[in-house]
Amino acid sequence: MSDKEQGASDDASSGTAAEEVPFFTRLVLAYVIFFKVLFDGVFAYRARGLRDGTLRLAPPPKTAAEMKDLASTKLERPSLPRQASEPPPARPPTDGALVLLSLLQREGRFIDFLQEDVSGFGDAEIGAAARVVHDGCKKALDEHVKLVAVRSEDEGATVTLDAGYDAAAITLAGNVGGKPPFKGTLKHKGWRAKSIELPKVAPTHDAHVLAPAEIEV
Amino acid sequence: MTRAEATPPRPVEGGGSQERFSVGIDLGTTHCAVARLELASAIEHGDKVLPETMPIPQMIAVGQSEARPLLPSFLYLPPEGENVELALPWIVDDSEPLVLAGELARAKAASLPGRVVSSSKSWLCHPGIDPRTPVLPAVAASVAEEGARKLSPVDAAVALLTHLREAWDVAHPELPLSLQDVTLTVPASFDARARDLTAEAARRSGLQQVTLLEEPQAALYAWVAQSKGGWRKQVAVGDVILVIDVGGGTTDFSLIAVREAEGSFELHRVAVGEHILLGGDNMDLALAHRMKVKLGRDLDAWQMHSLTHACRAAKESLLGSDAPETAPIVVVGRGTKLIGGTLKTELTRAELEETLVDGFFPKVESSARPIKRPRAGLRQLGLPYADDAGITRHLSGFLARHLQTMASTASSDGADHTHRTFVHPTAVLFNGGVMRAAPLRRRTLELLDAWTAADGGQPVRVLEGADLDLAVARGAAYMGAVRRGRGIRIRGGTVRSYYVGIESSAPAVPGIEPEVHALCVAPFGMEEGQSADEAPQELGLVVGERAQFRFFGSTSRREDRPGAMLERWAEGELEELAPIETTLSSETRPEGDVVPVHLRASLTDVGTLLLEAVPLEGSATSADERWKLELTVREEG
Repeated sequence: MSDKEQGASDDASSGTAAEEVPFFTRLVLAYVIFFKVLFDGVFAYRARGLRDGTLRLAPPPKTAAEMKDLASTKLERPSLPRQASEPPPARPPTDGALVLLSLLQREGRFIDFLQEDVSGFGDAEIGAAARVVHDGCKKALDEHVKLVAVRSEDEGATVTLDAGYDAAAITLAGNVGGKPPFKGTLKHKGWRAKSIELPKVAPTHDAHVLAPAEIEV
Repeated sequence: MTRAEATPPRPVEGGGSQERFSVGIDLGTTHCAVARLELASAIEHGDKVLPETMPIPQMIAVGQSEARPLLPSFLYLPPEGENVELALPWIVDDSEPLVLAGELARAKAASLPGRVVSSSKSWLCHPGIDPRTPVLPAVAASVAEEGARKLSPVDAAVALLTHLREAWDVAHPELPLSLQDVTLTVPASFDARARDLTAEAARRSGLQQVTLLEEPQAALYAWVAQSKGGWRKQVAVGDVILVIDVGGGTTDFSLIAVREAEGSFELHRVAVGEHILLGGDNMDLALAHRMKVKLGRDLDAWQMHSLTHACRAAKESLLGSDAPETAPIVVVGRGTKLIGGTLKTELTRAELEETLVDGFFPKVESSARPIKRPRAGLRQLGLPYADDAGITRHLSGFLARHLQTMASTASSDGADHTHRTFVHPTAVLFNGGVMRAAPLRRRTLELLDAWTAADGGQPVRVLEGADLDLAVARGAAYMGAVRRGRGIRIRGGTVRSYYVGIESSAPAVPGIEPEVHALCVAPFGMEEGQSADEAPQELGLVVGERAQFRFFGSTSRREDRPGAMLERWAEGELEELAPIETTLSSETRPEGDVVPVHLRASLTDVGTLLLEAVPLEGSATSADERWKLELTVREEG
């Protein structure tokens, strides 16, 4: 356990009452923990213990501000026993998502586009900007993610699903009854990321900066 | 010239067990590429093994790096205190200020022009500067930062090559690039000094076994390689192959003749064009200026950059297959407000064809010649960009200029050149990103056919090429196997004859410079490893003193042998190059002694010209006493 968590336990022993965590903080926390469980085996192990009640529950911090602090600072890997020659600290698991966002912003102004209030503009104006966004984002996507369709048939084609089809890659809609084989029409051929390759990130790099502020001197 | 000294093919095993690859490096004006060929398998399986390109890791943004097929030839010199958060897979030497190559540097060019070096290769052969002096980035005084860092064109080449070497070494930790057989390409139009400087940059970046190869020849090697042996059916004895290489910044022409020797083909590179600074970047800029007029408003530097970028994308879409009639041009605002600040217009196919096809490949007669503009008296130091943007006028001039060459050197092609007004190529090989555009290839072929038809010749064929962006690197890698006796070799040799200026001994007349005669020291067509005969003229050099000579080159005087003394020459026949010099230092001779010497030229195995002053027979104090003449002279302090 890290020193910080030790400190939290000490606080708890001084008898602070548990408080309700505000909704938005919970939202941030849920987001962070989702990725941590997904990418961090050690954390997932501990989370399971927490869920199963086998891990002693550390009392919550006192304030929402502290909670927020926890969410933003505890992205590092929980410290494991340190070895003599240590590899550089692993990047936080959210980096992949942040780097992809920065790529889409850099190549196609993706975030600028989504963050702009489009209600006051006509279709022609939005369309002109959308071209830039489409061209750039497509380039970024093509260069980093290899996309293939889940089903190779044309949309609208009749397909038959035998027993044991991959339910994770195919969802059924409509009137599904009885047992496979199912016969149906392909409505959406699905997308599968066959491979994804993201830029390498410097150990010191703050990936949360999706686009730096520009100042012309 | 002694013909017997041609280099024997290198042994298969070469320098040792760690030499496994032939590596081709395309050090381009706008992009670099690296290709490799495993030598043992190339020797064993011959034409079936193709060189493959190597992805190059590079910084693409602050804190982010990734491997891409091409390395943009841009160098970023970060301001002091800026942390670009290196994420390269190798450790960058931090004892010297950082020089960063690649995509991040290219992206910075728009916002920080005073800190980004671009087109450094074109400066290597700039006649007006010493390429070892720090002059880059070459920006107008108005944007130059006080005390900003500068690189010399040679430093810039070293930085790019060092990046490529690191990228190789990370990918092949057991087989460092310094131990591989490296072929580095240069424009065919590079003169002796620029080649020398390129070889020097390669040495300084830690490459040890480097051979230089001309880019159009590399393109032809790539075509030979990718035909997997089928090329022999596509050419015939008597063919004259015209290589048209239009890259991002330069246009390069070469003529390669197919001849017969002892029952098999021989390829001879018989002519190369002048250094023409004209390429794809000029085309994008021309489109951008046209679109700026259409937008009808002033644009700042950043918007102009985005507009150029948009024009390049529109150009590629309109020149591709199934091209639409128009392509939208959108320049978005620089701030986060994307939609409000958008400038919008469109580029039509007609406009594109007018600007590019008619502007850069105008329909001209074969008698057309490039237009030279008179220079304004005062010019900012910059690159000597081509005055005439008409590539086809440069081409017709090139073909006419080398008619004499073909007539004098063509022994076995059987064609009668005497009634022609220019060289008739029989086949064309396109290279360079610009020539990917079908309308530009079509226009070039139309014109070549029209010219030859009017001159009593036959239409030209197209040699379908490989990937026009990567062919040069691949062809250079293929060359490594050729040097080991595998596959056909293009015989090239020097494309210029070289002369030193000798002042005539006439009575001094105040105000009149003594007449200069040109003494031929190196003949046209020397091949790697060959030495030319010594010029019989005796020159007296003083021990301990620096001797400087004026130096000239000619691409058109091919008959001059060493010792030929020219008293006059036609306008444009001889081109003055940077001066050459030597300092006679000798431990065995007293200072001030006059040593009678002959000048001797040879072409090194690397492909660079070597000029030496050799003491006259009987006057040498040791068997190997000689002094090198430096082709690259430092400017007087």
